[in-house]
Amino acid sequence: MTAKQVLDPETPLSAFRIEDDRVAAASNMAPVINGFDEQAVEAALRIKEAVDGTHVTVLSYGTDFALDVIKKPLAMGADDLVLLQDPAFENVIDPMLTVAALVAAIRKLGDVDLVLAGRQASDWDNAQVPAGIAEALGWPIATIAKHVEVDGTTVRVQRVLPDGHELVEAALPAVVTVSNELGAPRYPNMRGIMGARRIQPAVWSAADLGIEPTEVAPAFELVSLAAPERRVETEMITGDDDADAGRKLALRLREEHLV
Amino acid sequence: MPDPTSILVIGELVDGAPAPATLEAIAAARALGGGPVGVMLAGESVGNAAQTAIASGADAVYAIESALLADAAPDAVVAAAAAAVAAAGPRIVLGAKTLLGRDVMPRLAFRLGTALASDCTALALDGDGRLLATRPTYGGNADATVRCLGTPAVASLRPGTVDALEADATRTGEVVAVDAAIDEATVRTRSIERVEQAASGLRLEDARVIVSGGRGLGGPEPFEQLAELATLLGGAVGASRAACDAGWVPTSYQVGLTGKTVTPELYIAVGISGASQHMAGCANAKAIVAINKDAGANIFKDARFGVIGDWAKVLPAFTEQLHELLSGSTRQPG
Ligand SMILES: Cc1cc2nc3c(=O)[nH]c(=O)nc-3n(C[C@H](O)[C@H](O)[C@H](O)COP(=O)(O)OP(=O)(O)OC[C@H]3O[C@@H](n4cnc5c(N)ncnc54)[C@H](O)[C@@H]3O)c2cc1C
Ligand SMILES: Nc1ncnc2c1ncn2[C@@H]1O[C@H](COP(=O)(O)O)[C@@H](O)[C@H]1O
Repeated sequence: MTAKQVLDPETPLSAFRIEDDRVAAASNMAPVINGFDEQAVEAALRIKEAVDGTHVTVLSYGTDFALDVIKKPLAMGADDLVLLQDPAFENVIDPMLTVAALVAAIRKLGDVDLVLAGRQASDWDNAQVPAGIAEALGWPIATIAKHVEVDGTTVRVQRVLPDGHELVEAALPAVVTVSNELGAPRYPNMRGIMGARRIQPAVWSAADLGIEPTEVAPAFELVSLAAPERRVETEMITGDDDADAGRKLALRLREEHLV
Repeated sequence: MPDPTSILVIGELVDGAPAPATLEAIAAARALGGGPVGVMLAGESVGNAAQTAIASGADAVYAIESALLADAAPDAVVAAAAAAVAAAGPRIVLGAKTLLGRDVMPRLAFRLGTALASDCTALALDGDGRLLATRPTYGGNADATVRCLGTPAVASLRPGTVDALEADATRTGEVVAVDAAIDEATVRTRSIERVEQAASGLRLEDARVIVSGGRGLGGPEPFEQLAELATLLGGAVGASRAACDAGWVPTSYQVGLTGKTVTPELYIAVGISGASQHMAGCANAKAIVAINKDAGANIFKDARFGVIGDWAKVLPAFTEQLHELLSGSTRQPG
């Protein structure tokens, strides 16, 4: 499964800065694992519990990692962590190199039956790295899962639809992306945390993966990154007390023909 | 005829007609002014939808018909789209970030050797005719503009950001039948069953008034009060992800980046902090009203009207006053 280290999406706006076409948070803000990736860990661990002999390897691509953060899936119960780490593996909006590295790592691992990923990374909101992996490997993909089940050579996925759900099925190997509707990821227990401490992640560079970063053609070039403009003038409605403010709000909306 | 100046829209059919998001993408393609606009329409049969697309601004329709496209399985639609791209030879491929587009567009982009500029809110061409795509990132806290380097460039448009063109039945265009050679083996992710809850009442996407609740409501019961208010205003009830994740309301209520995109006249947010990911789904509402006890809540930055207070005291008085105002009149909301 894949997991990305990202800026905490709950970072308050006051601690969130855009500088030189990069997003930065105040230095005391720790990164987190992308929330949907924690749910993908949870999905992987549920499969591990249900299917004997399941081995869960976590792949993460980047330039530098906060080890205590990126090890969380191990503390939750994953078996291995491989960091795809190279000075060229920057976190940019362009997913081409990310996909190339993850695909090379999956090939290098060999007998992978299922790739579980988050539905999207909360930094660039691309929602496409898993699709890129599926296309490169020629594997089927099912997106936005709230339930994933492996049965022999088949994966069955309950997908979230805007007004319902869909049950889909594909032959393994396959790619599945997981959404928050899967449910809250488990908390690491003490044993998991201690165990994770002892595991040293494998580190694979671009050379180890057999890829030449400069030969991966980029899809985009960042032109600008800017805070969106806010266009709204807010009118605060006050009253003698909360109830009075509520009544005045009703009158004001009526005046504006909004109700 | 492949035309390297053309723009190809990856269209979507809903009940036999081009989806609203497809008509918006056609308008966006026309507005770019780069070259002729083609539209792929794929389904069991395309029929009159081709004429609708032409009336709405398409110069050509690439029609792909196959029984395997009946349920719009993403596998089949990606294959159809790739065939349409081969037939049209465009320099820009444009889709929409709909339920189907979310699955189809990234895969199509990678199949064409590039990546997708997804969920764009603005498109332009630079001096060299390359696509400049602007898209919200970091949950809406940063707008990124990228220059697309792929040939073709591939982008998807956020629904509701561009108005469709007025249909003009006198417009003419060519309908090209494309054989995408889709066979059973193409569809590797098979749909076993699809359960759609018939929306009880108004769909959020169609509602002119939405009353949305968040974690600040503290439990499922207060949503009954929101429903009462929504009924009074002829609207629907929505929610933040926090309220859905807590199980207070079904996930189909979720408004936001990974929930529904709504464009009501009036969006009343109760006990919602206004995280950028939530606002991504409702920022195009005509007016947002926020009721929140925290004066520093982000929601007030996007709201036209705000009340700082406890919803449990504000809301009943607000609803009662509205009752009074509306009972004496026949005025409809809006
Ligand atoms: C990639 C990604 C995608 C996401 N997609 C979505 C999405 O589609 N939709 C979505 O909604 N969220 C989404 N989120 C989550 C989002 O970031 C927020 O966590 C979420 O919107 C918070 O919900 P909330 O406002 O209800 O809760 P909170 O942020 O906890 O806010 C609760 C508010 O209630 C107020 N309050 C408390 N008590 C009272 C009271 N008595 N009276 C009045 N006010 C009160 C508080 O002051 C507070 O402002 C996404 C997050 C990520 C990372
Ligand atoms: N740098 C990365 N390392 C590991 N996994 C990633 C990385 N980037 C994206 N992914 C995976 O792909 C999913 C979708 O990401 P994205 O397409 O970037 O929105 C994430 O939830 C991750 O599971």
